Amino acid sequence: MLIVARLVAMKDLKVEWRSRILLWQVLPFAVIALVLAGLAVGPSATDTRRAAPGIFYLLSLLVSLLVISRSRAIESPTGTKTSIATLGLDPAGVFLGKAAAMFVELLFTSLVLLSGVVLLLHAPLGGAVVALPSVVLAAGAVAAGGTIFGALVGDGVGGTTLLPVVALPTFVGVLLAGEKAMAVCFAGGSFGRWLVFLALALVAYTAVGALLYGGAEESA
Amino acid sequence: MVAASLSDAVVTVDGFPVLSGVSTSIAAEGLTILRGPNGSGKTSLLRLLGGLHALTRGSGEVLGVDLVNGDRRQVRRRVGWLGHEGAFYDDLTVTENLAFAARALGRPSNTIAPALERVGLADRAHTSTRLLSAGQRRRLALAWLVVRRPALWLLDEPYASLDTEGRELLDALVADAIGAKAAVVLSAHDELRLSVSGRTLVLVGGRVADEY
Repeated sequence: MLIVARLVAMKDLKVEWRSRILLWQVLPFAVIALVLAGLAVGPSATDTRRAAPGIFYLLSLLVSLLVISRSRAIESPTGTKTSIATLGLDPAGVFLGKAAAMFVELLFTSLVLLSGVVLLLHAPLGGAVVALPSVVLAAGAVAAGGTIFGALVGDGVGGTTLLPVVALPTFVGVLLAGEKAMAVCFAGGSFGRWLVFLALALVAYTAVGALLYGGAEESA
Repeated sequence: MVAASLSDAVVTVDGFPVLSGVSTSIAAEGLTILRGPNGSGKTSLLRLLGGLHALTRGSGEVLGVDLVNGDRRQVRRRVGWLGHEGAFYDDLTVTENLAFAARALGRPSNTIAPALERVGLADRAHTSTRLLSAGQRRRLALAWLVVRRPALWLLDEPYASLDTEGRELLDALVADAIGAKAAVVLSAHDELRLSVSGRTLVLVGGRVADEY
């Protein structure tokens, strides 16, 4: 299973690196949205700092929808899908591999967004560094959840527009826990319980995904 | 010995019956040609044999795996599939695509270069798959089959997009596969002039209408 996971993760990351879609399309969207959110909140540094954790996680989730769709699109051509199906890969391994690749991509975008939050929304640098573990866990949970939701909605007609409807409501817990953790970090408090919540979300999404991915792929 | 046997096999896709009661068997060695008009069920029968379609009704066995109660992934790992469409990751090179398949199937990586040589793509080994012509992509798909060395070759309209040289190459690969005691099932619209003789199943309306 782990061999398959590594193989799939390396393949997905290599395809992403060659296509540069994350770099030239997803990241610019994230930065533009961050600038717009900053403008919408207003010029007050106090206001932007207070809104920064919520804006960060809201944008992270929107960006994750693009990354999930992109991950699905790699195998969406019918011939590719069939050819890969004939490899008879372990579904749990494929799930873990795709989730791992998505995690790397989401973590990268999260770090760029976090830098933007510090630079543009006046969030404290020290607080942002302390919040890093929660950002890592949230990215992992969204990657695992996104991989299974991507498989569930499939890549047929309506799959792309169905994805936000299915995925976003279930990510509410991650968004709230991440936002609370980051807000506490910015204020200098303890964020242990939110970290535990995010870790549980990561474990739950990973376990469910590893179990259901094969069935979701077959039915999509 | 048979590679596959089907009894009253019915397959539906989105409620539409694409196979409506196929009973036949495929010998463990040799060539079987599927003929029939568009929509007659040739591709669906190949997909069923490849474990890519589930049986809706009836029974069947492919390479010893029960299609009703068995794990169809075990079938998929042992068949070689050549479909109508492009079958690769466009952002990977020719060699990287083959290496992915070889590693996934536990095949040694030193089978890749000879396979590319065999299909005439050795000089495109490090070319992005996106840049290949339709015929070259077809050759890459053939190289994938050479690397896999499957027990059952399933070729859906394999001569499409191939030039004369490509057709001769495909004929030779089919002959090699049969020589290596594999079973080859291919679909075709037109009469074929193959160097290997085989059994022909004529499909009409999702059933085997004739056999010779």
